[in-house]
Amino acid sequence: MKSPQNMKPWLLSGPAFVLFLVLLLIPLVMTFMLSFNSFSFYGGIEDVYTFGNYIEVLGDSYFYEIFLRTFLIALITTVFCVLLGVPEAYILLRMRPLARSIMLLVVLGPLLISVVVRTLGWAILLGNNGVINELLQSLGLITSPVKMLYTSGGIVAALVHVMIPFMIIAVWAALQRRDPSAEQAAESLGASPVKVFTRIVLPQAMPGILSGSLIVFSLSASAFATPAILGGRRVKVVSTTVYDEFLNTLNWPLGAAIAVLLLASVLVIMLSWNRLIEKRYTGVFE
Amino acid sequence: MISNGRYSLLFNALFTLFMVGPLVVVIGVSFTPTGYLEFPPSGLSLRWFAAILDNPDFIDAAWVSLKLGIASATVSTIVAVPAALAIGREKFSGREALQALFLSPLTVPTVVLGIAFLRLLSVLELNGTFVGLVLCHAIIITPFVLRLVLSSVVGMDRSIEKAAISLGASNWTVFRRITMPLIMPGIVGGWVLAFITSFDELTVTVFIVNPSTTTLPVRLFSHITQTTDPLIASVSTVVILFTVALMLLINRFYGLDRLLMGETK
Repeated sequence: MKSPQNMKPWLLSGPAFVLFLVLLLIPLVMTFMLSFNSFSFYGGIEDVYTFGNYIEVLGDSYFYEIFLRTFLIALITTVFCVLLGVPEAYILLRMRPLARSIMLLVVLGPLLISVVVRTLGWAILLGNNGVINELLQSLGLITSPVKMLYTSGGIVAALVHVMIPFMIIAVWAALQRRDPSAEQAAESLGASPVKVFTRIVLPQAMPGILSGSLIVFSLSASAFATPAILGGRRVKVVSTTVYDEFLNTLNWPLGAAIAVLLLASVLVIMLSWNRLIEKRYTGVFE
Repeated sequence: MISNGRYSLLFNALFTLFMVGPLVVVIGVSFTPTGYLEFPPSGLSLRWFAAILDNPDFIDAAWVSLKLGIASATVSTIVAVPAALAIGREKFSGREALQALFLSPLTVPTVVLGIAFLRLLSVLELNGTFVGLVLCHAIIITPFVLRLVLSSVVGMDRSIEKAAISLGASNWTVFRRITMPLIMPGIVGGWVLAFITSFDELTVTVFIVNPSTTTLPVRLFSHITQTTDPLIASVSTVVILFTVALMLLINRFYGLDRLLMGETK
């Protein structure tokens, strides 16, 4: 028999635990089991257990291409978030308090605005008769519209816009703990701004860049709204494929297998990334 | 303090354009007097805002989203506050596993959560019901509430509680009169962030709605994938203005940086 003191934390977290057990753990197990069921067009979901769905997905170059495209889009999005987000976070930290608080609204605010709305903005910008094409044509830079909507490039542009606040938050958190006097010392000894940035700021930002990259990559790999609106059926990614299997083809077991593979690959990438970070940074503070 | 150089300010200006541009375009397009998406608009007209009133399905969807956000943020707060008190203060075996479980919806791809909820709700025959939506949204938004409440629980000074206990206050009185007021900023911040997250949620919701419980993001999404007309832009403009108003309110009373980045300074 446990003493009342030992029961207290479990009583307090009991309601949340029950909610998560019933609505998260059990459904995830059910989905995992569903992925082994088979499906026929007339009979629906059949209560048998096979590796058929996994063999179908892993053996088909169509699905292979979708997974490859998804992870490439996520990777390129992450690279751009680093290239743009790290300097921006540093610039923000060096601003005067008033300018900084206004800029924070501009940078972090979009995070709270619906992804559907933000992606609509990109659809208007990228279309064949869209803002960017019209502008380039009126400037005489191009003669016919450049195809940007329904391309992987268009999806990357919009995903960078959606994900970059996460990178800035992570880098900001890392840089905030830094000691600005090191930069001042370097500058007073004649180091150029570029040198100060690459030799002093960047190493201190590194933990933030690594954790921010992880967040951006995993969110981009599983993003749905942006690739669905800007890619449609023409540029399919894993999440839009799962959506089609569930709500159009109605082949739930196959959709579940694709989803399980997505979850597994995201988890593997996250865990190995974490190990990499730990290896790199243990010992630094000892 | 080192200030920003010319190139830094140029970079910042271009970055601002990148962040704000897509939103400005949506707002601009919504004022067009024509029947198609054009930017900049050839005139200023409120035609497409008036059109919202003729489309009850958008208004109905907005009501569903509003009620869903309030209900799920409240359910989530009710279960997350005691859980945060347990995780933040007590030492017990399983504490870290419990915290990892409550934060896990942030790690699992949303599309996986969507089909998992769909599977559960169709077995329970709750698919498409409002109750089903509330419960599923509560799961997705609990990590946000937990994190903010946890940070105020951990940062709290416990000496006032001890004083109250030594003066004979009951557990419930201590919680109601001392603990709760002290962690209130975290609770309010968490509730608001949870509400906004639920209000904007698409990927999970798209799997578990039916026509009578369609939320605003799902309505917008299915409209965009079928046609693009200025109506979609005017509805989006209303969403942007609503979110910005909420954002300014949070910024005034809580601090947007604190809400999204945790305690700073």
